[in-house]
Amino acid sequence: MSDAILTPSAVAPTVPLLDVRGLTKNFHVPGRGNNVLCALDKIDLHVGRGETLGLVGESGCGKSTLARTLLMLEQPDEGTIRFEGTDPFGLKGKQLLAWRRRVQMVFQDPFASLNARMTAGEIISEPWATHTDLYPTKKARAARLNELMEIVGLRASDAGKSPQEFSGGQRQRIGIARALALNPDVIVLDEPVSALDLSVQAQVLNLLNDLQKRLGVAYIFISHDLSVVRHVADRVAVMYLGRIVETGTTEQVFDRPRHPYTAALMSASPHLDVTGATPRNRIVLEGEMPSPLDPPSGCRFRTRCWKAEDVCATTAPSGSSSAAEPLHTAECHFPMTTEDLKSAGSPIKPKNAVNLLAPLQ
Amino acid sequence: MSTHTQSVSTAREDLTENEVVLRVTGLDVDIRTPKGVLRAVNNVSFEARAGRTLALLGESGCGKSMTAKAVAGLLDPVADVTGGTVVLNGTDLAALSPKQRLKYAGPELGIVFQDALTALNPVYTVGTQLSEAFRIHQKLSAKAAKVKAIELMRHVGIPEPESRVDSFPHQFSGGMRQRILIAMAVALNPRLLIADEPTTALDVTVQAQIMKLLRDLRTESHLAVVLITHDLALVAEEADTVAVMYAGNVVETGPVREVFGSPKHPYTRGLLDSVPADVGRGADLNSIAGSPPELHRIPEGCVYQSRCPLVQDVCRAIRPALEAEGAGRTVACHFALTTANKELDHV
Ligand SMILES: Nc1ncnc2c1ncn2[C@@H]1O[C@H](COP(=O)(O)OP(=O)(O)OP(=O)(O)O)[C@@H](O)[C@H]1O
Ligand SMILES: Nc1ncnc2c1ncn2[C@@H]1O[C@H](COP(=O)(O)OP(=O)(O)OP(=O)(O)O)[C@@H](O)[C@H]1O
Ligand code: SF4
Ligand code: SF4
Ligand SMILES: [Mg+2]
Ligand SMILES: [Mg+2]
Repeated sequence: MSDAILTPSAVAPTVPLLDVRGLTKNFHVPGRGNNVLCALDKIDLHVGRGETLGLVGESGCGKSTLARTLLMLEQPDEGTIRFEGTDPFGLKGKQLLAWRRRVQMVFQDPFASLNARMTAGEIISEPWATHTDLYPTKKARAARLNELMEIVGLRASDAGKSPQEFSGGQRQRIGIARALALNPDVIVLDEPVSALDLSVQAQVLNLLNDLQKRLGVAYIFISHDLSVVRHVADRVAVMYLGRIVETGTTEQVFDRPRHPYTAALMSASPHLDVTGATPRNRIVLEGEMPSPLDPPSGCRFRTRCWKAEDVCATTAPSGSSSAAEPLHTAECHFPMTTEDLKSAGSPIKPKNAVNLLAPLQ
Repeated sequence: MSTHTQSVSTAREDLTENEVVLRVTGLDVDIRTPKGVLRAVNNVSFEARAGRTLALLGESGCGKSMTAKAVAGLLDPVADVTGGTVVLNGTDLAALSPKQRLKYAGPELGIVFQDALTALNPVYTVGTQLSEAFRIHQKLSAKAAKVKAIELMRHVGIPEPESRVDSFPHQFSGGMRQRILIAMAVALNPRLLIADEPTTALDVTVQAQIMKLLRDLRTESHLAVVLITHDLALVAEEADTVAVMYAGNVVETGPVREVFGSPKHPYTRGLLDSVPADVGRGADLNSIAGSPPELHRIPEGCVYQSRCPLVQDVCRAIRPALEAEGAGRTVACHFALTTANKELDHV
């Protein structure tokens, strides 16, 4: 930590570690008609030191794009990112290098994200080639590599194997070890445990928890496994079609969801129940997510929302919260009420969605 | 039902529900590596039944994908089946020549690979890829095969299949691509579907849709499903029976409810105790201390001995065989009954 501008001590504790405002990212896709795909639409979020923000939402809603933009792997079209008050896109040279070291990512796809021509050991130690001061001697690097491999439950003797020789879950652990190599302050974890069995998953989650307690590492934790998010996250942000539609503490979002999409998500999560109780009724969320090339007018969830009214088609809802929970906000004209949540036990069918999986007639 | 959809979802008259479709007995798979030949799958036996789902569970790297590929005859070049039989509806696949096997198993056995989202070829349209099976195995014309492909896309819930059949894979969402792959695997109305982590990359709402699709195929066409997943909640909800693997060996089998309700193998116990359930936020989760043995150092005796809280001398000397342990259940442990009754301390 040689760079004064980016050392933690130089920053007032009130400044969030990471503060994102109005982040927008469009992709231009070839083809006819409207070819602008709005993957992120005015995203606001913040993460404090030592905090975990859980990020959940339907596949294709923009979670990985958000992660990649935070890492400056994508250039946003609008909005600002502040890391301890500094815009990382304005950094150059040594400062940029220092920033890169403090913000790391574990990529979603353990099959595609590892270079097949490198060994596991080379992949994990690659960052030290750029950040030479961290483990200056060969001996120090070798020792740290062994340590990292053991931390994630890989055998140090497997450092010479190439990624293809590992199973899916083993490959995901290589990615985690690599992200830890530079002792970062923020790690964006994109589905870090989805390919792991429960025991290894528990080991990795315990490890992340331990690092957070000892070193104050902050995590942005992307996962579709809601029981994992519930366990790791302090706060949760729910995304739908490029927007964050609900945020709050983990307890608020899980136990008292305000947005109908969040309620549907919570109710679709499978339940480990071996007592033989009758399966729960669920909110059956039908239909595909609308095309991001042609998002619905007004509320983006309205094509699948069973609570939708005419106003939902004409006016996009803005974030609102209840007096009792001012920091628990949702973008919905008709947020879930206590009665709604009670009756969510019985199947609620969207009135205007087609049943795509109806048995073939 | 219009005639051209028949092979998509008609119940097969030649299959009765619960009849054994696949019986794997004593399957061994060896991998050739610079360190020598390693046994990745050892003496694995299980069966899959019509209209039922068998879940294959186990630690990452324990050989689940290898088993699936061996059953499908699609092992990587470095791996070989060196023992056992794979009987699909009465025919031993291992006894067939590769060519005969492709001809027989192609239509009868569908597989969705673990790295499914990269499995579609980006340069061909989804329609072309879906039509291929019909053209090869049913010798249909391009036009007739396309009609079948559209029907299949409709069946797996792709809206407006007529206009989307000529789209390329990247023009579909992850969930849609996953359903297209399942559609390809069941295109020829197979008896058996092996799905290796079919929903790992997907959120719970899409996962729920895919599971419903598999349920429908099971009831409508008596499809037998082998589901490989780490998601115990999913197994609890979707599977009828479960086979738990550890270090290349099956260590416990039985009906899901019974195995989850009262596991008899210490490894199964450890796995279930690792569920992130009621421990508070920030508290440590249970996990099984240690890691599985290296493939070239699988010990004599029980494969689980290095991590087992119940280990005794006999475990180090004699490998427990998979033996019947109550109705419909098998366990490979010298102290199976103890596991069911005792508080285990894993950490
Ligand atoms: N390079 C790109 N070019 C065009 N479109 C893209 C590109 N990358 C992502 N997209 C589109 O942006 C949207 C968001 O994708 P993203 O990968 O961020 O979703 P995600 O929430 O991570 O989904 P998943 O849960 O399936 O990983 C999708 O519609 C996707 O098709
Ligand atoms: N090409 C290969 N060369 C050498 N070893 C391999 C190769 N492919 C797989 N292995 C090893 O074989 C073992 C079994 O791998 P397999 O992919 O079947 O595991 P798995 O149970 O599917 O794990 P996961 O849940 O992580 O997908 C692993 O220990 C893996 O490291
Ligand atoms: S604004 Fe309307 S359509 Fe959107 S989530 Fe709320 S009720 Fe549903
Ligand atoms: S045989 Fe012995 S070591 Fe193996 S699982 Fe049973 S008690 Fe544990
Ligand atoms: Mg993603
Ligand atoms: Mg696998």
